[in-house]
Order: sequence, then structure tokens, then C-alpha cells
Amino acid sequence: MNEKEVHGMLIDYEYCTGCHTCEVACAQEYNWEEGVSGMKVIEIVEKLPNDRYYLVYLPFPTEACSLCIGRVKKGMEPQCVKHCMAKCLEFGPVENLLEKMKGKKRTVLFRPR
Amino acid sequence: MNQEGFHIIRTTTWSAGPGCHGGCGVIAYVKDGKLIKVEGDPDHPWNQGRLCARALAMKQYVYHPKRLKKPLVRKGQRGEGKWEEVSWDFAYDLIEKRMKKIRDEFGPESFIFAMGTGRDIGPWICMLAYAYGSPNVMFALSGNACYSPRIAALDTFQGDYCVFDAGQWFEKRYDDPRFVRPECMIIWGYNIHSTCPDNLFGHWIVDLMKKGTKIIVVDPRLTWFSSRAEIWLRVRPGTDSALALGLLHVIVKEELFDRTFLERWTNAFLLLRTDKNVLLRESDLIPNGKRENFVVWDKNSERVAFWDTEKLEFRPASTTPSFSCEIDLACVDGNTVRCHTVWDAFRKRVMEYDPSTVEKITGVPKEDVIRAARMYAKSKPASIHWGVPIDMTPNVTPLCHAIACLWALTGNLDVPGGNVVARFAFDAVAYALPGAEGIIRLKSKEQDIPRIGREKYGPFQKFIWRCQTDTAFEQIFSEKPYPIKGMWIQTLNPLAGIGMDPKRWREALLKMDFVVGVDLFMTPTLMYADVILPAATFLEKEGIRSWWVPLQSINKALTVDECKSDAEINFELAKRFDPEFRWKSLEELFDEIIKPSGLTYKELKERVWVLPTEGHPSHPYLRHEKGLLRKDRKPGFQTPTGRFELYSVLREEWGYEPLPIHEEPPFTPVSRPDLTKDYPLILSTGRRSPAYFHSEHRMIPWLRSIDPDPVVEVHPNTAKKYGIADGEWVYVENWMGKAKFRAKVTPIVPEWMVMATHGWWFPEKNPEEPELFGVWESNINLLIPMGQHGKDGLGAPIKHLLCKIYRA
Repeated sequence: MNEKEVHGMLIDYEYCTGCHTCEVACAQEYNWEEGVSGMKVIEIVEKLPNDRYYLVYLPFPTEACSLCIGRVKKGMEPQCVKHCMAKCLEFGPVENLLEKMKGKKRTVLFRPR
Repeated sequence: MNQEGFHIIRTTTWSAGPGCHGGCGVIAYVKDGKLIKVEGDPDHPWNQGRLCARALAMKQYVYHPKRLKKPLVRKGQRGEGKWEEVSWDFAYDLIEKRMKKIRDEFGPESFIFAMGTGRDIGPWICMLAYAYGSPNVMFALSGNACYSPRIAALDTFQGDYCVFDAGQWFEKRYDDPRFVRPECMIIWGYNIHSTCPDNLFGHWIVDLMKKGTKIIVVDPRLTWFSSRAEIWLRVRPGTDSALALGLLHVIVKEELFDRTFLERWTNAFLLLRTDKNVLLRESDLIPNGKRENFVVWDKNSERVAFWDTEKLEFRPASTTPSFSCEIDLACVDGNTVRCHTVWDAFRKRVMEYDPSTVEKITGVPKEDVIRAARMYAKSKPASIHWGVPIDMTPNVTPLCHAIACLWALTGNLDVPGGNVVARFAFDAVAYALPGAEGIIRLKSKEQDIPRIGREKYGPFQKFIWRCQTDTAFEQIFSEKPYPIKGMWIQTLNPLAGIGMDPKRWREALLKMDFVVGVDLFMTPTLMYADVILPAATFLEKEGIRSWWVPLQSINKALTVDECKSDAEINFELAKRFDPEFRWKSLEELFDEIIKPSGLTYKELKERVWVLPTEGHPSHPYLRHEKGLLRKDRKPGFQTPTGRFELYSVLREEWGYEPLPIHEEPPFTPVSRPDLTKDYPLILSTGRRSPAYFHSEHRMIPWLRSIDPDPVVEVHPNTAKKYGIADGEWVYVENWMGKAKFRAKVTPIVPEWMVMATHGWWFPEKNPEEPELFGVWESNINLLIPMGQHGKDGLGAPIKHLLCKIYRA
């Protein structure tokens, strides 16, 4: 990891299936008490025109997320990224993720506090 | 050991633990004998480093303060919750004495060995039951309605089971050049990514979607899949068979089927006699003709010819069979009978299900039926995958038949990217699974005769080696034709999870002279046991996993207190019950089970997983062409006709409908308008939560916080009608009983249906009667009857009952 690079997480929420793996992966790594996690998966039922609906899950990084700085320093990925069942989380320098973002729809880029 | 002092153990998930049917490669990090964490194995082709919430919560599971850690013997009354800790030797001695007494007095069949799903329990409970001499191994769900019906159905029609292709046969998976990505997939009643049932990894479908696979979804709920479907078929629960027949209608009418497959690999050419609506047999036409051989009409000679089912050849060999004809033939009994082909009868049947009729039955707009049929049939390749709702209807077998005809007639059976024949890796089979016989078996065929339901139900003579659950349940009360005196309960919680009409399950347990429970936590069910034995998680045991591919080992990473694996427990008692028990150690048994792989258990442990290679019957593709499916190695399928059966010989012989058909389930607004007056909503149950597997995991804090309460999903308009606000507690009630849920007001469900979650009990509440961990509070099974299984003993109405809801 280059200390000067700003790291972030690209969340391809179109593919998040709401499996909550990220929440528990984080809880295991940091031994969080129940209910605390660096990630929180939010269910959104989008109402669309013509009485249509669309079900979305948004993996939302919380105040507790450090993007696993300790793991990253050892050359590992954050736990949530490593285990994401839908492979919809990506970690890396923000610059690189921004490039990747250009080729994808419905993504958000996260930078921790 | 790595630089941080961890012992690193590579192993395979299988419950107990995540609850699922396993298969993920896991790395356990252990320090000084204690589990530090688990991670997904990035080098494992199955999960490729991923791991689910339930597997990642293993640390809280393994070291849970309420885990059972020592054998217990009941002190007070059943349900009183008074227990004494005893040694393993004491428990084994007591069990041996009590169970032998029952065997001596009432015979071995009077003891039922009951299991649920999940753990690697099948082989070991069979091993114990068979050593004791009892054929009565019970999967305790009404209508045996989970997986077995689907497997038995496909064994009936095509001789082998099949699953969607995600390249799971190859180490490089999607990158293997032999794999082809399906253009289109029908996901039929399957929220697979929530719990990974049926020996598959749910997110494989998500992988395929990312690579471009388009999906069609059959589901009454707005799921993640149905949101992303090209076509979403919002079917009324219980009418799936009409929908499948509607899709077949369009495919046959518009000639979108694969004619080569139809003519070469199905039994469409056989003649049916229209007087009795049965197959015409060689013995009908020739005095010494064989009953097993069938008749065809040769277009060239305009004479009858025969289909020899032993040689799998026409006689004469030059025969070109007609696929459609109407002819009168003279039989040996002097009668002349009018005959047509199976294809004629099949077409006639599917023509009854035109899109308008299907719309009336299923609620799916006819345009969508047509669009879906065209999209599926024109996509090459295409696959279908189905979930447990298929089993959870009494018409399960004809439904499976219709769906199987879809993949067969479109030429998608055992092709890359289609529905691929799934076999146990290397044909290494541990025990009596549906359609297979393994190393572990009863000593003699005679011992199988008293098996409950065997005589009455065809599939139970040919493919399913369990009791028919509803029949066994009734027998507990009727004691006819013989009494049931004891029950061995392992990985099973019928009061909270698998048991329909659960208050009667309690009565059934109270009727037993002796009950043994083997589990990891105290449950409402175990409150009625006489002896309880503490079982181990997958991290605490040695084992093998041989469900489809790959063949895998479960490698022990640690020990917890006095817990033992199910296999160890049952092995010790099997030795005590059977003086001729032929294995000296579990390792010796494992070696014998996996022998077809050419590996010893020690060697498998080193590799953790191994895939069959090209040319083996458990490796794809097109095995029917290569002669890899049948014992005689002739090209074809393992069915009575050697062909995919559009018309089922076995179903005809068993007295069931041999063609696909729709039958309305017993408790729907259509079949019971009288009940609908008081109970206007369709009650569906069992939507999956990624935090839980059935009744498990409610005591694991990391998981419970994800999904804390029993929930019923109610449409906003329905909620408004009944004055229910989001988050309020409501009762769901019908003529059987009622249960309390937190209302989730959401357009995920249609207005006319509610979806109630299942498996709820509250490990945090009092264990003693009457509270019993709150098992009677939010138990949706209180509203579901036993004994409504299908004609062939399979399937049960678990997805489509009737109810009303009101504020609690």
C-alpha cells in the first residue's frame, strides 16, 4: 500500500443481493458487539412509474469502517471486500476505482473518514 | 503454521455451522486450540474466496455459552427441563440398554430415526438405523417435501438428476473452454442466494448474470431476481404446473422445440392404446411378446415394429418410427384397439393449456407466458433452476415432469450451459440417497419390507429409501400396523421448524417410550428427549462431502469440550447394536466410501477437494450420447425405455398420471371458496433469510441482529384494508391455529398474499413447558396441516394455504 494514495471502496450496488456477508465479515474481524459493524446493508424498494417496483440493497459503510487499514497495510483486502458473495465491492486507490466506475452503472464510490 | 502463530486448516463447510448443504472451501485460523477466525479459501473453485454471513459467524457459534457440551439425561418429567450431566459411557450404556429392550420387545422397525436437513447427517443416521435393523429413517417434513421429490421425479423421467451449469465441474470454472454461459436462465421459485440449498452456491447465478445471462423469474414475490428479470412471471402459488404446461404449449405449437432431441432421445415414438390410455406392449400383440418391450409404427413398411428396452434398438433395425399416427391394431386377446403415439398424447395434453387458460389459472398475463416461452426456447443454451417451492405442493411430480420436458424438448439436457446431469463425484455414494444405493445399507431386502409408506407409494419402492413422513406420523397415533416406541432425533427440530401441525408433534414425542436427541443447542424439541448428546460443528470433525461435485474432505480444526461429531456418535452405537458391524474405524469407512475416486481418506484430506475428470460418468457433457449414464453403457437414459420419458412408464405402472398435468392444490381460493370467505388471503411461508437456515441460528448475536423478529410481509393496500401499520404485531390465523408476527408492509408481496417467515422460536425465552422457548408464539406451522401430501406420497401444501390477518 502506498501511504500517500487515497484509498476507497467502489460499491456496485446493482449486484448486491442483501446477503449481509459484509456486516458479519467485519464483525468477526473486529469482534464487534451485536448490531455494530463497519457495513450496514439497507433494503430499498424503489417505486417506479406504472406501479412497478425495483428491489435494491445498498451496502453502506458506517462510522465504524476504517477500510481495514491494518489488513491493507499487510497487503490484504478489507474483510467485506474479500468475502462479498456477489463480488460487488472493490477496494483500491480512488483514482483507479474512478476509472473502473466509468464502465459501470449504478455504483457509488466510498472514502472513509 | 504461519508467522503469526496460527494453525491454518483448510476444510469444507457443511453443517452443523452455516446450516446449508455445504461445499465452500474454508480456512480456519486456530491459535492454542482456539478458533480465531474463518475465511473463504481463495483457491477453492466452489466459492473462490467468498463466504456467507452464517459461515463467518462460526466463532460465535462454536463458543456460544449455551452450546450443549456434555451428555444429558432427563431427571424430571418431559418438558420440565431438569437434566443431569453424565459421562459419554453412561449415556451410551443407557441408550444401548433402552433401545435394545425396545428392539427385543417390538422389533427394530418400531424405532424411528428422524432427521432434518443441513448437517452431513444422512449417511450416519442410516448407518445407525441399519445397524439397529430399522428401515424407518424419517426426513420429518410432510410429503418429504424437500429435494427428494424433485430428485425422485427426475429419476423417474430421465434417470438422473440435473442442475444448472455454472462450470462447477471444472477447476477454472467459467474460464474453462468447455463451459458455455447460458444465454437465458429461468429461476423458478428460488431465492437461492439467501441460503445456498440443494448443494449449490447461490451466487453462481449472480456470476452468470454479470457475464450476460438474462433471467426469467417465476415467483409471486418481488425478489432481487424478479427485479432484474427480463420477464417476471408472478404466479399464484400452487399453479406452477399450469404455467409450465403453458410454456410447453407455446413451444410445441410454435415448433420451437429441438426435433433431433425429440426424435432421437425421447420416448415420443411409442404407441399408446386409446381404449385404456396405456402404453401398447409387445405382449399385447404377440403371444410370447415381452411386457417390457413397446410398440412403434414403422412409417416405411407401414407395419408395427418394436422398441426393445433391453437392447435399446428397434426391431427390425430398419424401423423409422412414426411420431404421429392413428391406427387400429389387433391384440392377442382378440380385441382391436385404436392407437396413437406418445407425442400425439403429449401434444393433446399441452394443447389444453393455451395462454388464456393459463392466465386464468395462474394469474400470469398470457402475453408474458408467450414471451417467456419464446425467449427460453430461442436462447441457446438455456437452463432452468428450481427451488424447494417445487416440492412444496402436492402436485410436485407432474410439475417436475412439465419442467423437465421444457429442458429436454429445447435440447438443453446435459449440454454446456444447460441443465447438466448431476451425479455424486466419482459415483462415490455413502448411503441410500434418492435414486442411489451406497456402501451403507440394510443387511437384507427383507429388513426393508416394514418401511412405512413403502408398499403404498411407488416412488418409495424405487427411489426414496425413507419413511413416507405423514404415514409414519399417523402410525405413531394409530399404532397400526405396528407401534412406534422410540425416536432418535438428530439435526431435527420438528416443534419449531420442520414439523407441520407442531402441537401434534409434541403429542407424538410424548407417546414415545424412549427419545434420544443429538444436537448442538437445547431446542423446544429436545425438551422431550430422555437422553441428549452434544454434537460438533464442521470445524470440530473429520468427514467427507460427496454431493454432486467435487468430492471433498472436512478436516478437523479444533475440539470443543466433550462434543462429538454425529458420525462418531452413531459409529459407536452402531457397533453396539450390530455384532457384525464391519468397519473398525470411521477412517476405514470413509476409505471405502471414497474408494471409486482412487484416493484414501488421508490423501483426500491433503487435497481437500477433487473433481472427476473427462470420461467419468460424473463429469459432463452429453453423457446420454456417450453411453455414460446407463449401467449397460448403452447410449440413452436410465429409464424403463432408455429414453427421456415424455410419458412415464413407471408412473403408469404405479397408477399415477403418466403425462404432465396441473391439479389445483387442496387449500386455495379456487379449490376452497368456502374457506376463502373467512380466510381471504393466500398464506405462503418459508421465504429465506440470509441470517438463518430454517430454525437454526436465532441464538447467534451477529445473525439475530440482522433479522431480529418473525416477520410477515403484507402489501400496503392489504395493510391499509386491515388497519395494520408497518412494524406492528399482527396475528396470522386460519382454521388450524394462529401465530404472531411483526408486519413488514411492503410491495414485495402481491395484495392477495402474505408471506410469513418460518422456523421461529426464541432461545432467549424460558425452556420449560408451557413456554418452551416461545415455540407456540410465532410458529407458522401451527397453520399448516399434515397428511395433505400428493398421490405418490410426495409434496405438501406449504406454500399455499389460506389465512386472515389482524392487529395483535
